[in-house]
Amino acid sequence: MSMARAAATDDGHPMAATSEDTAIDVRDLRMRYGTNEVLSGVTFSARRGEVVVLLGPNGAGKTTTVEILEGFRGRSAGEVSVLGVDPTHGDEAWRARLGVVLQSWRDHGKWRVRELLRHLGAYYAPYSTERTRRPWDVDELVAAVGLSEHADAKIMRLSGGQRRRLDVAIGIVGCPEVLFLDEPTAGFDPHARREFHDLVHRLADEDTTILLTTHDLDEAEKLADRIIVLAGGRIIADGSADELSRRMSTDAEVRWTRDGERFVHATQDATAFVRDLLVRHDSGISDLEVRRASLEETYMKLVQRVESGLGDEEAVRAFLRETANQEVTR
Amino acid sequence: MTPTSAAARAGMRRGLIETRQTLTNGQDLFNMLFFPIVTLIVMFFMRDSTLPGTTFSLGSAAMPGVLGMQVAFAGFIGVAAVLMVEREDGTLLRAKAVPNGMLGYLVGKIVGGAVGGLIGVLIILVPGLLLFDGLTVDGIGAWLTLLAVLLLGLVATMPLGAVVGALSDNPRNLGLVFLPMVGLIAISGIFYPITALPGWLSAIGQVFPVYWLGLGMRSALLPDAAVVAEIGDSWRHAEMIGVLGAWSAAGLVVAPILLRRMARRESGANMTARRDRALQRVQ
Repeated sequence: MSMARAAATDDGHPMAATSEDTAIDVRDLRMRYGTNEVLSGVTFSARRGEVVVLLGPNGAGKTTTVEILEGFRGRSAGEVSVLGVDPTHGDEAWRARLGVVLQSWRDHGKWRVRELLRHLGAYYAPYSTERTRRPWDVDELVAAVGLSEHADAKIMRLSGGQRRRLDVAIGIVGCPEVLFLDEPTAGFDPHARREFHDLVHRLADEDTTILLTTHDLDEAEKLADRIIVLAGGRIIADGSADELSRRMSTDAEVRWTRDGERFVHATQDATAFVRDLLVRHDSGISDLEVRRASLEETYMKLVQRVESGLGDEEAVRAFLRETANQEVTR
Repeated sequence: MTPTSAAARAGMRRGLIETRQTLTNGQDLFNMLFFPIVTLIVMFFMRDSTLPGTTFSLGSAAMPGVLGMQVAFAGFIGVAAVLMVEREDGTLLRAKAVPNGMLGYLVGKIVGGAVGGLIGVLIILVPGLLLFDGLTVDGIGAWLTLLAVLLLGLVATMPLGAVVGALSDNPRNLGLVFLPMVGLIAISGIFYPITALPGWLSAIGQVFPVYWLGLGMRSALLPDAAVVAEIGDSWRHAEMIGVLGAWSAAGLVVAPILLRRMARRESGANMTARRDRALQRVQ
């Protein structure tokens, strides 16, 4: 793979990922229902084996994006490719290389866990290759998602968290090359969440490309190689958790006490502000604190702004202005 | 093994697994047995009344019609109800997420429906043959007629059920399907001879499969002499094959189109919307 990349660079296409490397490629994706634009020009791609998290508040367009990639939904405009295939024209052989974790409710209630996994696995057997054995061995799979004790239980008897693990097991029973998870940990307790995160890491280690949606920033930080923040139908940030926290946390808060009075000031350049403050009041400043807003605070602020009456358009523009400014000051 | 044959085999297993689940579940067994048993009891008490103009027991005369009706119910309502319910609960979306899953799902429903129809017929047929005088399956010809009517009936009614099931995703609409079905049964000569109906009503009855299924079952199970109670003093096998065949052909053309449309529209967001609607209904 590195050889291929080097060759591409020699040919004068620096950084151009070959189709071998790119599992998901989305360009200027638009979705409109009547006059309501749900996605307005979304562009991103995911490398093979990468864990990409789509983060955003409810109604940001996350589910719509994922469903278009899964081939479950058409699109108004834009180019989409998953494993080199346009999902609109994806055939069953293409489908066999994908895994979809659905939010189950009460389907297959009379089936037993092992029985259902064996049944669904059978559809993937003809698509087994030298490189990827399909389907996943049922007992191993049941153990991998922590359901061994309940392997012979009727599905309707499972708890909510156990059902979600079964959903994940069903999503990966065909050993997918690309796995889609829409809000996979909704309703998980912290322990189940932790185990789920371990499972995602394990799948990523095995070169599975994973695209998951969440509105939980904490989860995004733990899982993602890359976080894509979606709000109001467009991408407003794209990068690793580190990059985002550097880029998004623009404001720092400076607090101090002067003559027994407490002051607070928000600034983009805390160092300059503090220097200036100390010069102006050479004595009498005490309890000086500088706090940079965390990624979470910045994200929450952004989401609040989008969800408040400000309107998506304006909030996004304001945010883009902020990040742009910051890029300049940096 | 090719992907489609693997899916077809998985579908067959699905049909058998789901049949087993029905047969080992108290609630499902009750649903399955309740109507046949009530019918048998009613018929049993009607056995001393006679078919007008003959000495033939009314109960015995109605039994084959009930069998025909059972086939229509199993085929039509069975498939329609299952599609509505399993779209709402997400079973269909799962099938869509799996390669050739829809094919396997449909094969499973066809196998399950056919086995269910067969069981439904046996539940009435076996006690019927034991309890009612004059009800016999005489010779291989009668058995073949019985089997042919059963198969033709399922092929005629299951695609129709699929059409209705594909058009609506709300199990509540099942009531809207049930009511006309009951009306149709009333004019299909099951409990009440179709010859006694006004001409136009009898004509409507003869357009739909229920009448022909009842007639076919009567031709298999009643003595030849009973033919005098039928229209034109004939079992009209050719017409039966014609009408049921026409319904089958129409259903088999339209159902795949609507099923494909239904499958194409299936998505997680739609499923979530249906779930929310259903949960609201409960509250």
